[in-house]
Amino acid sequence: MKLTREEVARVALLARLRLTPDQASALTDQLDHILVYMDKLNQIDTANVEPFSHALDSAHALRSDKVTNRPNADALLANAPDRDETFFKVPKILE
Amino acid sequence: MNLTALTIHEASDKLRRREISSVELTAAVFERIAATDDKVRAYLTLAHDQAIEQAKSADEQLKSSANPAPLLGIPIAVKDNFLTLGLRTTCASKILGDFIPPYNGTTVERLLSAGAVIVGKTNLDEFAMGSSAENSAFFPTRNPWNLDRIPGGSSGGSAAAVAADQCIAAVGTDTGGSIRQPAACCGIVGMKPTYGRVSRYGIIAFASSMDQVGPMTKDVRDSALLLQTLAGHDPADSTSSHLPVPDYSAALTGNLKSLRVGVPKEYFISGMQPEVEHAARQAVRELENAGALVAEISLPRTEYAVAVYYIVATAEASSNLARYDGMRFGYRADAKDLTETYMISRAEGFGAEVKRRIMLGTYVLSAGYYDAYYLKAQRVRTLIKNDFAEAFKQCDVIVTPTAPTTAFKIGEKTQDPLQMYLSDIYTISINLAGLPAISLPCGFDGDGMPIGLQIIGNHFDESTVLRTAHAYEQATEWHKQKPKL
Repeated sequence: MKLTREEVARVALLARLRLTPDQASALTDQLDHILVYMDKLNQIDTANVEPFSHALDSAHALRSDKVTNRPNADALLANAPDRDETFFKVPKILE
Repeated sequence: MNLTALTIHEASDKLRRREISSVELTAAVFERIAATDDKVRAYLTLAHDQAIEQAKSADEQLKSSANPAPLLGIPIAVKDNFLTLGLRTTCASKILGDFIPPYNGTTVERLLSAGAVIVGKTNLDEFAMGSSAENSAFFPTRNPWNLDRIPGGSSGGSAAAVAADQCIAAVGTDTGGSIRQPAACCGIVGMKPTYGRVSRYGIIAFASSMDQVGPMTKDVRDSALLLQTLAGHDPADSTSSHLPVPDYSAALTGNLKSLRVGVPKEYFISGMQPEVEHAARQAVRELENAGALVAEISLPRTEYAVAVYYIVATAEASSNLARYDGMRFGYRADAKDLTETYMISRAEGFGAEVKRRIMLGTYVLSAGYYDAYYLKAQRVRTLIKNDFAEAFKQCDVIVTPTAPTTAFKIGEKTQDPLQMYLSDIYTISINLAGLPAISLPCGFDGDGMPIGLQIIGNHFDESTVLRTAHAYEQATEWHKQKPKL
């Protein structure tokens, strides 16, 4: 086994995903199976190879720091699960 | 006259001559949907009233236009991972709830500016993660050629809608094959342009270094017409290219003399369906008959592509899907504190395949594993890109089958995720390298299921890809066959 139940639990917390015990068990098996397959990449020597960064090798696109969009708070808040005037209302962040 | 069977160029011609109106054409499309979508299930949302309004507006413009733009008045279907202003967008997931986008993405804006009529939003695998449309949170779409088979994925709804004449053409997205493979399954033309050719602004992001928008059409001429409208620099997408957009229709010369065609030996493997191999090799002979110079080539790192893709794409996806947290939009679960809200909203909102990929992506990026997996995969990705660069020194296009098999049965590959991933073997490298590629029909198997041929070009050489595809299509006419629904 490459992957333990404890590691799956650690990763689930990082990903903010609540898993049932059955889901955690199934995922452990499936991900382990997939990670074993990924081992084939170790057959290739990549010692002198640069990691891929961008398909186009193009220069970074920058623009001047000017506001170009119109204020649109109502439209942007329209999908909010909870709102208070121009604020998104969310659960308490600081204890 | 069967209006819904028309292509973009045929319909545009009739609209220009005032033989038909956009309202008639649009109404015919909605009638066709009503008559067939209980079986095909291509659409998630229909925009009937808006579409008729757009059609009326197009008809007004057609009155005063001697030379209308090719998309004016043409009903187009849009995959439901494109943001459409005022029209519910789900990404085939529960986690977006009843999300109504506050803006149109660039592709949708360009379609509307060109006068197209938006018919509705088509089904997909949730968050574009899948090869069969079975991962939709709502229902699977069915292949119009055989309703027990998958339409392919993730753009399965768009592919099925085009094949079933439930639209004149459609747009989809392709990250690992999601336009090309469903095009092959459904016997239509699907093209993924070069990375950066078409704006990604307003596409719900899956893997940002690979996602691309592309046309899904009934023939290659339509593909060129639709790509012309979509392509071009967008200041809102910092990865979009400044390179000028050539006249793609002008590239359809029919001339393949001295075209150098490479056929990679690694794409003809044991386990592929014999009829697929036979059809692809026959297609290569057709290209030779037309004057092309064919040579066997090698893409040595092909066998590593699936492993590289499922590390890099899942890593990017885990990052892109972090925004679905129940705070500013979409589904928010009732929970006791902030962390619980995140964990339960995402657990309840995401489907199994999405969760699997988020977990895999998070793992390969996490401390202790980043170098061994993500960095390693990105180095092998450079090698895969180099394989293609070497090949394009001696060829103009590379020709392969699009998929190792024709469309499989619904439910056949859902037990083993890895089996499903391996079916992407022929399309995936192209996304890793950022190259343009098209899939078009090249035959049928013994069960009457379509077989797709893939033509791959060098970066920003969509013109040669389209020229090759068009010449083959016109010589063989597979595209004229339609499913009996």
